Amino acid sequence: MNETTEKKKRPQIPRQKMPEQEPKVRAKNFDEVPFGYSADLAKLEASRCLQCKKPLCVEGCPVSIDIPAFIGLILQENFLGSAHKLKEMNSLPAVCGRVCPQEDQCEKLCILGKKGEPVAIGRLERFAADYEQAHGEFIMPPKAAPTGKKVAVVGSGPAGLTLAGDLIKKGHEVTIFEALHKPGGVLVYGIPEFRLPKAIVQAEVEYLQKIGVELKTNMVIGKIYKVDELMANGYDAVFLGTGAGLPTFMNIPGENFNGVYSANEYLTRSNLMKAYLFPQYDTPIAKGKKVAVLGGGNVAMDSARTALRLGADDVYIVYRRSKKELPARIEEVHHAEEEGVQFHFLTLPVEILGNEDGWVCGMKCQRMELGEPDESGRRRPIPVPGSEFTLEVDMVVVAIGTGANPLIPSTTLDLKTNKWGYIVADQETGATSKKGVYAGGDIVTGSATVILAMGAGRKAADAIHLYLTG
Amino acid sequence: MFPIVESRLLAAAVKQFKIAAPEIAKKRKPGQFIVLRINEEGERIPLTIADADPEAGTLTIIFQEVGKSTEHLGRLKAGDMICDLIGPLGVPTHVEKFGTVICVGGGIGIAPVYPIAKAMREAGNTVLSIIGARTKNLLILEEEMAKVSNALKVSTDDGSYGYHGFVSDVLQNIIDEGTHIDLVVAIGPVPMMRVVCNVTRNHKIKTVVSLNPIMVDATGMCGACRVSVGGRTRFVCVDGPEFDGHEVNFAELVKRQRAYLNQEKLALESFRHTGGACQGGKGL
Repeated sequence: MNETTEKKKRPQIPRQKMPEQEPKVRAKNFDEVPFGYSADLAKLEASRCLQCKKPLCVEGCPVSIDIPAFIGLILQENFLGSAHKLKEMNSLPAVCGRVCPQEDQCEKLCILGKKGEPVAIGRLERFAADYEQAHGEFIMPPKAAPTGKKVAVVGSGPAGLTLAGDLIKKGHEVTIFEALHKPGGVLVYGIPEFRLPKAIVQAEVEYLQKIGVELKTNMVIGKIYKVDELMANGYDAVFLGTGAGLPTFMNIPGENFNGVYSANEYLTRSNLMKAYLFPQYDTPIAKGKKVAVLGGGNVAMDSARTALRLGADDVYIVYRRSKKELPARIEEVHHAEEEGVQFHFLTLPVEILGNEDGWVCGMKCQRMELGEPDESGRRRPIPVPGSEFTLEVDMVVVAIGTGANPLIPSTTLDLKTNKWGYIVADQETGATSKKGVYAGGDIVTGSATVILAMGAGRKAADAIHLYLTG
Repeated sequence: MFPIVESRLLAAAVKQFKIAAPEIAKKRKPGQFIVLRINEEGERIPLTIADADPEAGTLTIIFQEVGKSTEHLGRLKAGDMICDLIGPLGVPTHVEKFGTVICVGGGIGIAPVYPIAKAMREAGNTVLSIIGARTKNLLILEEEMAKVSNALKVSTDDGSYGYHGFVSDVLQNIIDEGTHIDLVVAIGPVPMMRVVCNVTRNHKIKTVVSLNPIMVDATGMCGACRVSVGGRTRFVCVDGPEFDGHEVNFAELVKRQRAYLNQEKLALESFRHTGGACQGGKGL
């Protein structure tokens, strides 16, 4: 078969699905939902790529991965080479292949998507990265000569990990300070095992340690050391990638009843503390039978699906707008629906009801209808008079977003924050109002995505490198 | 890994550990706490720092064996390792020269009161302390409290030692004697703190309490430790642990502390059933 006929044939191959656990089965376990591509499926999917000379997909990638190149290497069965190609630009491909919203980034711009379905770039990224984790030998990447400069990275989430990987390769000494007992930030405390196995995060962190990054867990910066102390103790630059870890509540009556969780608490108990393995693990978690999850983002979907896996009979997503406005990824909503999560759209909780022991026993709600678009461009929900009703629930998870944790801003002199408490940082460099201090990820932007945090880490790494060597 | 360098039994089921944690030992201030995790399966346990020796690089913690995790902790010996230790956490006690400060400690609550009494005395206050326990052999830190206080009164619920009654009764007597009091610091079981606050509220004496709700991360990330103070929801881990006792909703706090009673019972039973064979901490 010559190359021309082969190219003509490619678009006729449909986008390949990843084999995954049956919804009924997976809704009762914490194992990862998709199994990932086999080598054959990966090659078939890779063959759909047109290898555009001016690839639009790359423009959609916040860390500018050479997408046609890594896909081309899969087609040539050079899976390790493909993974190495990914790692040139992305230090966490196994993570991104799973949790990036590709439909809004690379895949959105794929030329095949104009008439049919785009190349499954995320699934291919995952395949190559997983292949390397399973088969690859550790290869020390090229490192620049030591500069003698030291960088402190506060927080080991996606922004901090990316930045640490970049700066160590540029010859700087890098120490990550993590407040929790395990590294990974939201990748370990927030995103559930069934969506992102913790072993994968651990492998990525171990890779960074192998290439020389020092990791200090159990270090709450702002408490054990202030940022100024880090700088006085020999760090030439500091990167703040602490995330937006302050839970938001609805501020409605009854939120302090037992059985009401912030999504942060619920997911931290389950993911970081492995409460789903209680009593083998010591941390308990309430196992609601009728669970309401408030909010419509990815975190709400994660919470709802966790509640199912912990044995709930009915799990409701309660969202004040309609299905169209759900901020969660379509794939996550789809997975939640398949597993049996029920949706109450256009519904606003107004009060949580409790029994005399202080436990949740119901939730008063109000129906909403959509009015004129608000400042976000989405139609504003307005209450329907006289539409109040009570939802019978014994657990409520509040997943309506997070705010800025004030621990670092409140203990760092001359660090400017905006009116929501997020750190003010230059969009291109991450430079803050304080000399030598950079910031990126959710602590600057508010809750966003893993890949955007990584992009911010990448930019800040370049800027810090310039600051230290320029 | 944080080695236990010394272990002492202070009273029935009450233990004191000195743990090597040099960085925290240098930094901690009275009123602050640590979180520890015994081993890989362990939960994050918040414990007040009872004392610290910055030169030796050690922290002193005192705990009562009341459930699976504390019983497990209690089985560890000098030389054993604690997997994780995080701190210092929480806002330190506001220490200044107030005048006359009464430090009230009930049961295991005497441990967190001790460093505060010491700091208040060092700041030039007249420190009158009241400590109490259910019964004599549960009373801890009597000598230490006597050393840092201008005067110390002791009570036991059963009358086996000192005043027969509650610490709040002793406090009421001191007030009735006409003693001028500028501040009361009260730490102990929630019912005790609530009664103390009721006593001082009538006399408009400012009263600080230190709360010990359930926590998970203890860095302000999860909100498990929320309490209502003056009608506002506050996080004990970052906004506290100390609050104006006259503003705290103790009834809600008690209910929230009991959220996992069933699981706690189950965990303890299964731990005892297996003989707690896993000695934790070692090599994990």
